[in-house]
Amino acid sequence: MPDPAGIEIENLAKSYGPLQALDVERLLVAPRTTLALIGPSGCGKSTLLRLVVGLLRPDRGGVSIGGTPMGPATRRALQLRMGYVIQEGGLFPHLTAGENVALVARDLGWTEERIRARTEELLELSQIQRELLGRFPTQLSGGQRQRIALMRALMLDPEVLLLDEPLTALDPMIRSDLQRDLKGVFARLQKTVLFVTHDMAEAAFVAGEMAIMRAGRILQRGSFQDLARHPADPFVTEFIRAQRPLDLAVAPGA
Amino acid sequence: MRARVLVIVALALFAAGSSAGATVTVGSKAFPESWVLAEALAQVIRSEGAPDVRHRNNLGGTEIVFQAVRSGDVDVYPEYTGTILEVVLHEPRPLSLPEMRRELAGQGLGVSEPIGFNDSYAIAVTRQARDRFGLRTISDLARHPEVRLGMTHEFLGRPDGWPGLARHYGLAMPHVVGIQHELAYAALASGRIDATDIYTTDAQIQRLGLTVLEDDRRFFPRYDAVWLYRLDLAKREPRAIQAMTRLTGRIDEARMIRANARVVLESRTYRESADSLLAETLAGTLAPRSAAPGLWGSIARNTAQHLKLVALSLLLAILAGIPLGVLATRSAFLGGAILSLSGLLQTIPSLALLALLIPFLGIGAIPALVALFLYSLLPIVRNTYVGLTTIPQPLAEAAEAIGLSNPAKLFRVRLPMASPSIMAGIKTSAVINVGTATLAALIGAGGLGEPILSGIQLRQNGLILQGAIPAALLALLVQRAFDAFDLVVVPRGLRLPQSRI
Repeated sequence: MPDPAGIEIENLAKSYGPLQALDVERLLVAPRTTLALIGPSGCGKSTLLRLVVGLLRPDRGGVSIGGTPMGPATRRALQLRMGYVIQEGGLFPHLTAGENVALVARDLGWTEERIRARTEELLELSQIQRELLGRFPTQLSGGQRQRIALMRALMLDPEVLLLDEPLTALDPMIRSDLQRDLKGVFARLQKTVLFVTHDMAEAAFVAGEMAIMRAGRILQRGSFQDLARHPADPFVTEFIRAQRPLDLAVAPGA
Repeated sequence: MRARVLVIVALALFAAGSSAGATVTVGSKAFPESWVLAEALAQVIRSEGAPDVRHRNNLGGTEIVFQAVRSGDVDVYPEYTGTILEVVLHEPRPLSLPEMRRELAGQGLGVSEPIGFNDSYAIAVTRQARDRFGLRTISDLARHPEVRLGMTHEFLGRPDGWPGLARHYGLAMPHVVGIQHELAYAALASGRIDATDIYTTDAQIQRLGLTVLEDDRRFFPRYDAVWLYRLDLAKREPRAIQAMTRLTGRIDEARMIRANARVVLESRTYRESADSLLAETLAGTLAPRSAAPGLWGSIARNTAQHLKLVALSLLLAILAGIPLGVLATRSAFLGGAILSLSGLLQTIPSLALLALLIPFLGIGAIPALVALFLYSLLPIVRNTYVGLTTIPQPLAEAAEAIGLSNPAKLFRVRLPMASPSIMAGIKTSAVINVGTATLAALIGAGGLGEPILSGIQLRQNGLILQGAIPAALLALLVQRAFDAFDLVVVPRGLRLPQSRI
């Protein structure tokens, strides 16, 4: 199997009016690896993800997926190679869970046969009971919605997965289940994953590597141990300390 | 595509049904005297042997019916010389009939000889006052300042009303009160006032036994009734000209007063009154005519016509409004332009809009449909726009980010999500449309406005209710029908109790 696409970011900047939301010189996510983007609210991590998926156009610089630059002409083709999950799922309320999962495939003209077969595979992978597919998003729990959203993102078997705080709105118990399952899925599918969170424990647990951001810039990139032991900026230490339970509870990579 | 074909076919049928075939169309304004005269002429033209003669009654005021005769939607209608001078020719001085004919010939129009009566302003006094003061002419009033006058507010305010009259005749009357028209009749009957301003063919003259004072020093302009007609009628249907000639010089004030009284005071229909007028005037030389439809028949016919107007205009508004609403979301400029333009349309008073459309579209169903269509647009355009722009941002972004084609974004995600708002807009339009369509009767498009207009003119509440009750029921029914339609159009997932998503 050829390597899936990686994500390459060069010299990327985005402002909202006078506010410089993002200014990243260089960020690579190698094929088959998972990178967590972490930082406080407003640090630019979601902006970065939106630029990667083509929701925003950069002021300067650019994003490439597997060597193809993201732009108006390439946007849709690249989006079809990426799965995208947002906080609270982003499921469309007028469609059942099953219809949400199949939406893009139907648009691409897949046969019902093929859609059914692919949905079956994903049910098992996402640990969803089949009967939930007939429900509307409002009839699902938060955790179920995220699992369905993951199914939708994986439907076309994309090379890249982009997750924007997918677990933030969930109860702690469900959240911990999903963290475990997500990590399993990443390991099993070997996708290139960019995972945005503001929770250090989650980042450390789900991803091997993390990039910590502040005020639109990437301060430091590395494993949790690297960040904890050799902080490149006082803010890194401060951010880790702020999420106190972590110091003791997490043995990253374990 | 199929919907578009349907609309075109329906429009064609509608246009065909509304005016095709009639060789002569007689028009009338929205008051009983005009209806009776026009109906009488239509019957005489028929009896002359013209194959298809229509009477379109209730064509609003002078502007509307005059535009209609100019555009050819109407061939002939009863008009008054004073009105032709003022409203049509904007001519301050009185013209003779030949002069008037020369002025109108340029517009392809002609004026007949006078029908026989003058429907002008006049001063009427009670029989008691006439006898006590010996009043015969307006000049006589100057010698009797003790006569108590009750004048309508309009008459008191117009320069060509009381102020001019008083100056012209040198009247110095200490007892002048402003009074509403109907109350003036009651005040005359009970002897509280002695005189009032009145139209010379007012049915009340007969009922209250009033005497019309002679305008001996010719203050009031003449409002001689004449036929205003298209000159091309002489070639197209000379029998119509013959019929007009048979009805000139034969109907005097007394006859017209009786004809008006039959409608206004005796609650007979204008058709019956026209029958009686012709019987008096032409003494049984006419073929008998077919019976008018009964109460339920006419309610059914009006309701059907009303529904036709509403359904077609609404369908067109939906077909145009939703794409316009979608277009409005494309850019701030387009959005601003489309929304303010459709909002602007809404601010044009309906009568003005109808009057504006007549020069281009004539009268009848087509301009009514266009007006109703324009009024129905705004709620649909705006609700489509609002429905699309209030999709929660995360969902709007999700639709953009997951690789959907543009048609799928619109038809599989955005429009279905906006459908509750769009349906609400369509419902609003439908209900407004049912109400506004009653005005369609003003330009001869028929519908439930017809009995309402007649009822207002005649002050017959029964007649008003014949239109108002079915219209109200229709509005309720339309609302209900669309509520049911929601279940088909709005996806089930959007009708569930919504939790936070």
